[in-house]
Amino acid sequence: MAVLTEKAKINPDLKPDRLAVGLGGLASILIIFVLGFLWLRDGQATQVVKAFVAIVWGVSGVAGLYFFANMSAESLPERWMKRVQPFVFVGPAMALLGWYLAIPTLRTFFASLYNQQGEFGLSNYVAVFTERIMVEAWTNNILWMIVGTTLTVSLGLLIAILADRSRFENIAKSLIFMPMAISMVGAGVIWKFVYDRNPDIGLLNAVVQSAGGEPQAWLSLVQPWNNLFLIVVMVWLQTGYAMVLISAAIKGVPDDLLEAARVDGATEVQIFFRIIIPSIAGTLVTVITTVIIFTLKIFDVVMVMTGGQFGTEVIGVRFYREMFTSRNDGYASAIAIVLLLAVVPVMIYNLRQFSKRETF
Amino acid sequence: MSQANPSLAKDSVFQSLLSGFRSARGAKRRSALIVNGVLFLIVFIWTIPTLGLFISSFRPEQDVKTSGWWTVFPHQAWTTVEEARPIPQGQTRDQPITIEGVTAMFDQWTKGVQIDADTRIIWKGNLRTGRLEVQQLRWTFNPILTMDNYNRVLAGKEYQLQRPDGTTFTVQGDDLTAGFLNSLAVTIPSTIIPILVAAFAAYGFAWMDFPGRRALFIVVVALLVVPLQIALVPILRDYVSLRLNGTFLGIWLAHAGFGLPLATYLLYNYISTLPKEILESAFIDGASHFTVFVRLILPLSVPALASFAIFQFLWVWNDYLVALIFMGITTDRSSHVLTMRIAEMVGSRGQDWHLLTAAAFISMVVPLAVFFGLQRYFVRGLMAGSIKG
Repeated sequence: MAVLTEKAKINPDLKPDRLAVGLGGLASILIIFVLGFLWLRDGQATQVVKAFVAIVWGVSGVAGLYFFANMSAESLPERWMKRVQPFVFVGPAMALLGWYLAIPTLRTFFASLYNQQGEFGLSNYVAVFTERIMVEAWTNNILWMIVGTTLTVSLGLLIAILADRSRFENIAKSLIFMPMAISMVGAGVIWKFVYDRNPDIGLLNAVVQSAGGEPQAWLSLVQPWNNLFLIVVMVWLQTGYAMVLISAAIKGVPDDLLEAARVDGATEVQIFFRIIIPSIAGTLVTVITTVIIFTLKIFDVVMVMTGGQFGTEVIGVRFYREMFTSRNDGYASAIAIVLLLAVVPVMIYNLRQFSKRETF
Repeated sequence: MSQANPSLAKDSVFQSLLSGFRSARGAKRRSALIVNGVLFLIVFIWTIPTLGLFISSFRPEQDVKTSGWWTVFPHQAWTTVEEARPIPQGQTRDQPITIEGVTAMFDQWTKGVQIDADTRIIWKGNLRTGRLEVQQLRWTFNPILTMDNYNRVLAGKEYQLQRPDGTTFTVQGDDLTAGFLNSLAVTIPSTIIPILVAAFAAYGFAWMDFPGRRALFIVVVALLVVPLQIALVPILRDYVSLRLNGTFLGIWLAHAGFGLPLATYLLYNYISTLPKEILESAFIDGASHFTVFVRLILPLSVPALASFAIFQFLWVWNDYLVALIFMGITTDRSSHVLTMRIAEMVGSRGQDWHLLTAAAFISMVVPLAVFFGLQRYFVRGLMAGSIKG
């Protein structure tokens, strides 16, 4: 990519009238923002009106912000314009990123060094790894990671391969993928319904009963297996994702490679393990990494279905409880930092891939 | 089978199938059968939970509480054919009782004893004054469907329900209409704002030269996988001091901030590959960066914008954690989004499955419509940048 030298015929002098309009516009947008904000916070309109005003106000406000900021920049003398304009384009994004992600990382790190009594040190980190409830949470998260990821990726792979050979590929993939559109809260309700204790309500118990078994309280009393019933919900949600990526990778395996192997007398099983798997290894690594990160942060499913009770505590729920219920910011921050450390290898990998690009 | 009457079309089809299985083409067909069979089984298992939810949401309260949703389909069930047959008198609990030639203990009779393949007798009531009920296994289904559950969860403070005898009584609605509108009001700006901001930034990174360009973009790439838990504690502190806590503006900005790395990264990848010549000729014609961006780059980037828009829309609509942290401060439910309301209902109405299923389905309608309508773009977005914090 080469950066363009702009050859526009722009007046090299300052245009005070346009600068005035631009700055005036900026100022009025800011005033509208504040007024709209106050009205939305304290106003007495009905929800429908508020929702509509909120949408128009928020979206046109941001668009106007760019428009007037750019107008001000373009009214400057050319030399200055060239310096200022890129920051009109990039600046707001960088400001948001700085405020919401980059600086908070540092602030969270500092917060994690102070415990609830305000003492400085690593006591939060010690607690994160030794407290009984945290040990339970870590153990469960490891279970989520191993069982959840294995099931998600292998089912995704199986379905991708089956669908690739079926006439019903599109409809089958669509239906498997559908849970991706559903919130984890919604999925929690769907599966809580399936797991209900009463065999006249819960499908699983109805099946168990008709097979001659006793109905069970799957989510509470069947410990520690109840974790597996929660993991099933995540597998149900995420398999579609694994399937879509793996399916695309399989379609990318060159046909003549497969043909050549068949001519040489390779069986389908050999083709699968010796050709397909090595060819899609890169995609598999991406999918596995993504699902592992997903399982580390799992929150909604557990929160809605058991609230972390009955031995199903996980890190994501601990974080929420420490931050929001116990108001123990330092402790919650320590959990967040540990989560961050867990994804650092992926971050480094991404940065390496990026620096390999010579184009930037 | 080979002896079968050749005039029967059914048999000749079977014949050809049989011979087909023995040929090479047959082997292919057989493996297709297995593939489709297994695939169908998996798809069936995958779809059943959602189907159950969907069906239950339309069933009357009484039905949901007493029979499984699968009973709306034709199935065999014990149906009472004779209600009040007199009991044999003078029986005792510890002696076997013989009815219709079948002998069983009283305790067994009260649970029902089968007297032939499709008839059973149940002893209703106690030993002295009970009645016998004769039931037969018959095909039946529960066809009653209603919109009551939806009306009730969508209704505001009160909702009129009708008793079977025609009188009405008032129950409290769950006001999910407000939740639905709040979800829309949170989701739409939370989708458009980061797109707008990221598109400007992506253009800046791709086609403008400025000091720190590379360093800033490295920050974007590094932030791609940062878990958003890292930001919640400090941002909540900021919001408390800015009094942004519990406001729409606060939650939009939060979602915009958390969605920005992916948005900027995806859009940069797309915008930087647009042909350079188009831009150059526009600049020669005297267009400014702003004009080029609005008139040229935005329209050309629609596929990439759509991919991210769908991604972000579904993500924000389905989000629970961010909403809970930043909106949870207000105990006033009328400003809560759908996911929060449904999670609250799971807590407060745990066994009211007729309402929970309707509520869950209301929260799924919009994402499912977006998903099935724009699946192509969604998949494309997923492929382009799969990891999100």
